[in-house]
Amino acid sequence: MTVIDAPATGPDWSSAASNANRRRRYAADRRLRIYGLTAIIIAVGVLVILLATVLTGGASAFVQTRVTVEFTIDPELVSADNIQRGNYRQIITNAVAELFPEIADDRTALTAAGRILTSNAQFFVRDAVVADPSLIGRTLTLAIPASDPFDQLNKGTIARDLPEEQRRVNDRDTALFDQLVDRGLVSTPFNWGLFFNADSRFPELAGLRGAIIGSFYLLLVTLLVSVPVGIAAAIYLEEFARRGRWSRLIEVNINNLAAVPSVVFGLLGLAVFINFFGLPRSAPLVGGLVLSLMTLPTIIIVTRAALKAVPPSIREAAYGIGASKHQMVLHHVLPLALPGILTGTIIGMAQALGETAPLLLVGMNAFLTAAPGGITDAATALPTQIYIWADSSERGFVAKTSAGIVVLLLFLIVMNAVAIFLRRRLERTW
Amino acid sequence: MEQLVAPTSKMGVDVRHTGEAGTTEIKVSAQNVDVFYGEKHAIKGVSVNVPARSVMAFIGPSGCGKSTFLRCINRMNDTIEGCKVTGNIRLDDRDIYDANLDVVELRARVGMVFQKPNPFPKSIFENVAYGPRIHGLVHGKADLDAIVEQSLRKAALWEEVKDRLKEPGTGLSGGQQQRLCIARAIAVNPEVILMDEPCSALDPIATARVEELIDELRQNYTIIIVTHSMQQAARVSQQTAFFHLGILVETGSTEFIFTNPHDQRTQDYITGRFG
Ligand SMILES: Nc1ncnc2c1ncn2[C@@H]1O[C@H](COP(=O)(O)OP(=O)(O)OP(=O)(O)O)[C@@H](O)[C@H]1O
Ligand SMILES: [Mg+2]
Repeated sequence: MTVIDAPATGPDWSSAASNANRRRRYAADRRLRIYGLTAIIIAVGVLVILLATVLTGGASAFVQTRVTVEFTIDPELVSADNIQRGNYRQIITNAVAELFPEIADDRTALTAAGRILTSNAQFFVRDAVVADPSLIGRTLTLAIPASDPFDQLNKGTIARDLPEEQRRVNDRDTALFDQLVDRGLVSTPFNWGLFFNADSRFPELAGLRGAIIGSFYLLLVTLLVSVPVGIAAAIYLEEFARRGRWSRLIEVNINNLAAVPSVVFGLLGLAVFINFFGLPRSAPLVGGLVLSLMTLPTIIIVTRAALKAVPPSIREAAYGIGASKHQMVLHHVLPLALPGILTGTIIGMAQALGETAPLLLVGMNAFLTAAPGGITDAATALPTQIYIWADSSERGFVAKTSAGIVVLLLFLIVMNAVAIFLRRRLERTW
Repeated sequence: MEQLVAPTSKMGVDVRHTGEAGTTEIKVSAQNVDVFYGEKHAIKGVSVNVPARSVMAFIGPSGCGKSTFLRCINRMNDTIEGCKVTGNIRLDDRDIYDANLDVVELRARVGMVFQKPNPFPKSIFENVAYGPRIHGLVHGKADLDAIVEQSLRKAALWEEVKDRLKEPGTGLSGGQQQRLCIARAIAVNPEVILMDEPCSALDPIATARVEELIDELRQNYTIIIVTHSMQQAARVSQQTAFFHLGILVETGSTEFIFTNPHDQRTQDYITGRFG
C-alpha cells in the first residue's frame, strides 16, 4: 500500500494491549461456538434416544407370532344352513387335541393348551367357513395368531429363567409351545393386522385401522373448515382491513389463539359443540371442529405471511391496469401466495394429526372395535389410540404403543416432507 | 454521459418557442393539488396542464414528489394507506377525485408503466390479454388475439416474441419486459399513459428503443414521463415540469425550460449543480 499523508499518531495495532484485546475477542468467539455446538449435541442426542427407544420398543409389534393349526370342520358342528352359528369353539378344542394327542384326555390341560391360540381363534375359523362353505366336512389350515403371553414368550420378552410363579406362562404350557416350535408350526410373519385390524381387547389382534380412519376423517373435517375460513380471514386482514387499532387487536388475538393450550380448545369443544349444539360425542366431526380452531391461527398466520411476501409491484401492476380489488387478489396475489399457503396448511394439518389432549376431552378415546363409517360415528384417532394402548396393562400393548408412535411419526414425517418438497418445488424468487 | 449537448443544439433552432400548450386541447389539468403521507406534506399546491397527444416530462431531484404527483393522476395513491390528496385534477374536464367516478374505469383510461418492469408471472400473451379481458373489451378469441398482436406491435415487441407468446413474461430481458408492460398498458386503449422512470432499469440500447416507442405513441396518446435523465427529457418530451421539494417550480415547453428557465433552481438543476 502506498501511504499518502498517513496520520502521525494512528492506533498501534501491535501493542500488547491491542493483542490482548484481540485474543479476548477470539476467545469469546470460540466460547460462543462451543455453547452452540453443545446445545445442538444435546438436542440431537435426546432425539436419537427418543427414536431409539420407540423403535426398539415398537419393533416387536411389527411381527406377530402365529401357530399353524389344522381344523377339521365337522358337519356335526357346523350345518350348512346356519354357518354363522356353528359350534366353532368345539372345533378349536378338537384341533388342539389333535395337536397334542398326549393330553387329549386331560380336560384342564387341554383348555390351558387352547390358550396358546388367541381367544378369538373361533372367529377366524368361522369367517373362513362363511367365506367358503365348501370347507364343511373338510380340513382347513390356518395360521392363527398366538395369544399375547405366548407371543411374548416367542419374542423373548418373557424371561424363561424366572421362577415359574412369576411368569405369565407355566412350565407345562411353555413345554407345549416349544413342542409346536420344534414341529415348525410357529411362524412370525409381518403383522399386517397392526394396520388392518381395528382395536381389540387382545393385544395380538389390536390394530390401528380404526385410528387411521378416524384420523383421516378428523383431518378431513379440519381441512374443510380451517382452510377456507383461515384463507378468507387472512385475505381480509391482509388486503381489505384498514391498519388501525381494531386490526391490530384482531392480529394480537389471533397470535394469542395460537398459543392457547390445546386442552382449553378441548373444553371449549365439549362445552360448545357437544353440550350446546348437541353434536355426537367421540365423533370426528366434533374433534375436527376443535382441531380447526387450533389450526386456524396457524393457517391465518402463514397465509398472511405468504400474501405479504408477494411483491407490491404485482399489486401495482394489477391496479395500474384497472383491476378491481378482488381481481387483484384472486387473479394475481393469491395464486402467487398459494405455495406458501399450501405448505403452511400441511404443517398445520401435521400439528392437528399429532394433537391429543382436546380429543380426549371430546371423548375420542373410547374403546371401539369397529372403524368409523363417517364423520358422525364414534372414533378414535392415532394419538388417542396410542394413549389408550399406553393405558392398557397387557404386556403386548407396550410394544403396540411404541409401534403406534412409530406409525404416527411416519405419517408426520411424510406430511412434513411433502411440505418441504412443495416449498422447494414451487418457491419463487423475485 | 452520452449527449449532454443535445438539448442545447436543439434549442439553437428556435430559442423562444413557448410550446403549443396555449392553443391545444388540455388532457389533464391539475389545480392546487396537495398530497399528504400522514403528516408529511409531499406535494404542495401543484397546478399543471398537460396537453393532449404530447409528451410531458416531470423532472426534479430525488424525493421531490414526481412519483407522488404522477400517481395522483390515476389515483394509485388511493392504494397507499394514510395518503391524502386534496385539490382538483381533471381528465377531459371530469374531476377524477369525484365520489361518483369509477376508479377502475379511470385506471383503464389512464394507464401506467412503472420504474421496475413488473410483468405478471404469467405468459406473455396473458400479460397483454389480461386488461382487455377484465374490462370486457373483447368478444371471442380472435378479437383477443388481434388486440394482443396489435399492442405488442405498437410496443415494438411483436417481432421478438411472436413465437413464444406462451412463455412467461418474466423470462424476457429487462428491456423486453418493460416494452411488455407498455404493451399491457396500451392493450386497454388508454388515453393517457403515465411512465415513472420507465428506463431506469434498462441499458442504453433498450432505453433508445423505449424512447423511440414513446415518440411513436405520442401520435395517439398523452404521455407523462418521470425521468432523471435530462437528455431523455430533452429527447422525448415537448413539455417539461420541474419539481423541487414538493413544489412545481416551473413548467413550459421543453426547449424553453432547458435553454432559458426563469427560476434559478431550475437552472441549477439542469446544469447539474444539484440533484
Ligand atoms: N408511501 C409513502 N409513505 C410516506 N412517505 C412517502 C411515501 N412515498 C413517498 N413518500 C415521501 O414523499 C416524498 C416524495 O416522494 P416521491 O416518491 O414522490 O419522490 P420522487 O420525486 O419520485 O423521487 P425519486 O426521483 O427518487 O423517485 C418523499 O419525501 C418520500 O419520502
Ligand atoms: Mg419516483
